[in-house]
Amino acid sequence: MTTLDSSKEIQKNNSEVNETHEDFRMFGLITFLIADGMTFAGFFAAYLTYKAVNPLPDGAIYELELPIPTLNTILLLISSATFHKAGKALLKDKNSDSQKWLFFTAFLGIIFLICQLFEYFHLPFGLTDNLFASTFYALTGFHGLHVTLGTLMILIIAWQSRINGGRLNSQNMFPLEAVELYWHFVDGIWVILFIILYLL
Amino acid sequence: MTISIDPQKTNNKSLQPKGWLRYFSFSLDHKVIGIQYLVCGFLFYLIGGTLASAIRIELASPMSDFMPRDVYNQVLTLHGTIMIFLWIVPVVNGAFGNYLIPFYVGARDMAFPRLNAVAFWLIPPSGLMLVSSYFVDGAAQAGWTAYPPLSITTPQSGQIIWILSVLLLGGSSIFGGINFIATIIKLRRPGLKLMQLPMYCWAMLGTSLLVVLSTPVLAGTLILLSFDIIANTGFFNPVLGGNVVVYQHLFWFYSHPAVYIMVLPAFGLVSEILPVHARKPLFGYTTMVFSIMGIVVLGLVVWAHHMFTSGTPPWMRLFFTIATAFIAVPTGIKFFNWVATLWGGKISINSAMLFSCGFIINFVFGGITGVALAQVPFDIHVHDTYFVVAHFHYIVYGGTVFIIFSSIYHWFPKVTGKMLDEKLGVLHFIITFIGFNLCFAPQHWLGLNGMPRRVAEYDPQFQFVNQISSLGALLMAISTIPFLINVFLSVRNGKNAGDNPWNALTPEWLTSSPPPVENWEGEAPLVKEPYGYGKKIS
Amino acid sequence: MLNNKIYLILIISLVFAISFWIGFNVNLLPAEASINAPIYDELFKILFITGLIIFIGMTIAVIYSLFKFRKRNDQMGDGIALEGNLSLEIVWTIIPSIIVLLIGLYSYNIYDRMGGMKELNHNHEMMSSNSEKIWAGISQTSDNERAINNLSIEVSAMQFAFLFNYPKGNFISGELHVPVDQKVSMKMESKDVIHAFWVPEFRIKQDIIPGQPTILNFTPTKVGKYPIICAELCGPYHGGMRASIIVEEESDYNEWFNKNKKPEVNL
Ligand code: HEA
Ligand code: HEA
Ligand code: CUA
Ligand SMILES: [Cu+2]
Repeated sequence: MTTLDSSKEIQKNNSEVNETHEDFRMFGLITFLIADGMTFAGFFAAYLTYKAVNPLPDGAIYELELPIPTLNTILLLISSATFHKAGKALLKDKNSDSQKWLFFTAFLGIIFLICQLFEYFHLPFGLTDNLFASTFYALTGFHGLHVTLGTLMILIIAWQSRINGGRLNSQNMFPLEAVELYWHFVDGIWVILFIILYLL
Repeated sequence: MTISIDPQKTNNKSLQPKGWLRYFSFSLDHKVIGIQYLVCGFLFYLIGGTLASAIRIELASPMSDFMPRDVYNQVLTLHGTIMIFLWIVPVVNGAFGNYLIPFYVGARDMAFPRLNAVAFWLIPPSGLMLVSSYFVDGAAQAGWTAYPPLSITTPQSGQIIWILSVLLLGGSSIFGGINFIATIIKLRRPGLKLMQLPMYCWAMLGTSLLVVLSTPVLAGTLILLSFDIIANTGFFNPVLGGNVVVYQHLFWFYSHPAVYIMVLPAFGLVSEILPVHARKPLFGYTTMVFSIMGIVVLGLVVWAHHMFTSGTPPWMRLFFTIATAFIAVPTGIKFFNWVATLWGGKISINSAMLFSCGFIINFVFGGITGVALAQVPFDIHVHDTYFVVAHFHYIVYGGTVFIIFSSIYHWFPKVTGKMLDEKLGVLHFIITFIGFNLCFAPQHWLGLNGMPRRVAEYDPQFQFVNQISSLGALLMAISTIPFLINVFLSVRNGKNAGDNPWNALTPEWLTSSPPPVENWEGEAPLVKEPYGYGKKIS
Repeated sequence: MLNNKIYLILIISLVFAISFWIGFNVNLLPAEASINAPIYDELFKILFITGLIIFIGMTIAVIYSLFKFRKRNDQMGDGIALEGNLSLEIVWTIIPSIIVLLIGLYSYNIYDRMGGMKELNHNHEMMSSNSEKIWAGISQTSDNERAINNLSIEVSAMQFAFLFNYPKGNFISGELHVPVDQKVSMKMESKDVIHAFWVPEFRIKQDIIPGQPTILNFTPTKVGKYPIICAELCGPYHGGMRASIIVEEESDYNEWFNKNKKPEVNL
């Protein structure tokens, strides 16, 4: 219960300072993710309404192939687990293990994106073909953007958790935890998206 | 837990420019950012007001003679957009929130100072971009609601710039919202309970929740709209099989909460001002808190009352009527509590007090017309007429703008250490109050009798009443003159205010005026009773 | 104490009296020319009076406190430290709730009488294909349903005009002619952007939405010429997008109709 006034004291209690900061940086991130989730909620609502009130013109009903997206779902779920592993390793200060897991997670993310692109190129419809097509690309594209950003961030923290000169360790977990939370969020959105878009 | 400052940030602060120059820098000091918001917002208010004056000049005669018709549409679109996204929202949230919230929670800054500065610095460029779109290829001209398919078929560059600036402004407001929530919940001084916070904190908490929950939906919607414009998709384009009503649902899902984003902070501010000048505790603190949260929850489920004529199923109309009308209950609680706060006080009748009381009277009027509008059968006749224009100007101008002025009179001594001149202040109030009512009261009649909104030409039978309204707008424009003179004179050689000219008990007054960089020389004071008037000797 | 109560009651009754007087004597609405209009005006009167009572009451309370409790020059110190009063809070939660609820129920009743709550008649003769979704505005049916030979008109709106198609006469008019006291049923569709069909004297309005036909029914009751106003921003000439509706005696209407009628053309 101290209030820090002089910069000297601040230096002395540096670790303590970081601790308190960590706490609400996470809180801020969660708030941000709620906001981000609302964007998706808006898209989902639009998609479901279209589906209910705007029937597709005759002959425009497109079946979506399931294999690739199912594979993608599995990829993302595994990547969530591997990310978790990375966090555990870092907690025990096993930086090189953590790094390996992170690279593996990023790898899964990249595979996901490649599969997604593959699916795009092999779909029988384009962005402007009809309402369903547009919403499909908007939703998956917006999600893909999130995956891309996430993958980049994973690569950055993987670089930062290198043994010599890296900034991440069991004392400084926040960047990893933040990206992990974000990654789980992106996964969760994918699962919802998969159910609504492909299964319903 | 410790109350602490990021060491790096402290370093930055000492490196930052001093004096007035710091207001042009990427400052991390919440007080500087607050003033930046206020001044920037006020400049945009002058621009928006100039546009409003152009509207009123055009409408002084029934013909479309002052400007071309499509320019008129651009003017009213920019007027609405600027007033909402660049004046009201940044000022009641950004300006006062940034300045006051850290004091109220006993912190030395906001939770994320850097994010805070970023949020502010998004505003000037997007605002300038919006205004300059007029000179490119004509500004957006589909109204501030940008309903498709009109917004898809009007000239594209203006509409795209409009979308881009609204997206940036929305982003700014989300960043601000995250910051306020984190500051209020996580950065509170140890020992300070939530239920001991000044009411403005609660108002900002509620507002920020609305911002975080609804603004992203607007962002998503506008992204889809921009696809329709650029990429030729058909989300909202009926020619390509799209559905225009879906846009309206998504838009109002944001824009109805947005009206509470514009007014809840004003409710908070008036709750700070009244007790000080009435020398009484705020009446019914707990119910005030619950009513704010009630408004937040109800505010999220009433959006379709803007769409009663756009083809919605009957059950939906019924539900939204009832939900909307019920907002009158928590709002009413707040108003009764404010009157009860005045009751039995020792009221100093000064400019801040006058503007606050003007707010109560105007808002009750606007709120009552709002409850009438919520009734489907009533709304069917007056939807998209001047009745609606009158309704919301009573609330946004007579409500929120009045409170902004009231707050400026109240906190000016805090910010500058100088008093504003009372005579000029009262003059400002009188001209504003008369001009405002002269301008907007007759518009109710116009709407009921058949004048639609967003028109540059109208039936000549309405000319006289429109001229009265334009006269009122002229008075409102004039009323800014005493205000500006007052501010300029007082900043230079106003009476010294001392640290606490109003003898107020809220924490921001318990430090020097203007406050030091880290808000308090020593430890932050623990104020458990921000409204303890009449209990302590003060 | 007793004195205070008497004053309070006096003031409240005065507020009520003034509000009722204004409500009954000040007419803010245009002429009534459809069977909707008197129903609407009844609702308006109730809303107007209730609103006035609340507004005048609040205004008096604020101005009175400003005078009564203003700080005199010699006064020091604070007002009473009154922080709340539970029973008062309950009172001013419950009374507005009741008012709002009653108003809501009443306006539901009004809306029902206007025909707004009627589910759209699915046998509507103009309903072309089943897949087409039609939304109803007000689909009113009057008791004295004389409209067996239902007047059906197709309205199409475009930038910046209304066109009225009389399918039975096989012609299109820029003016809407209807006989008095008969139910008119319109199916409206837009060719480009959203417009709205508004006749202030009828107290009806309905958006005309592209890709989404809407139905609007009304029964005019007064002979005359009334403006049809487009009420939804639809472009630069939105303000000029007007037409007229001419309500006339049945014989006049028939004369007009027969003059314009065109023979059926086989396509
Ligand atoms: C700050 C902004 C703000 C606020 C706070 C409000 C508050 C309210 N508004 Fe308003 N409104 C707008 C800004 C705002 N509005 C704008 C900008 C538009 C137009 C948008 C556009 O189309 O461009 C609009 C349009 C609008 C419409 C759509 C009209 C139309 O287009 O056809 C409706 C309909 O229901 C409505 C209703 C209400 C209601 C019921 C409230 C309520 O919250 C009011 C509650 C308050 C009170 C009732 C007064 C105090 C209460 C008492 C003293 C208690 C006793 C009272 C009773 C029992 C009645 N508003
Ligand atoms: C949110 C806040 C807000 C505020 C504060 C105002 C303020 C004003 N508004 Fe506005 N208004 C809206 C929000 C607001 N408005 C919105 C959302 C719309 C709907 C837009 C749409 O339909 O899409 C609208 C629409 C609107 C219309 C309807 C247009 C139409 O439908 O055709 C009118 C008409 O009278 C109007 C008038 C005014 C006037 C006279 C003021 C006055 O109060 C302004 C007073 C201020 C001044 C007059 C400024 C003084 C300064 C100067 C004169 C310049 C001096 C210059 C220098 C010193 C550089 N407004
Ligand atoms: Cu058509 Cu306005
Ligand atoms: Cu609303």
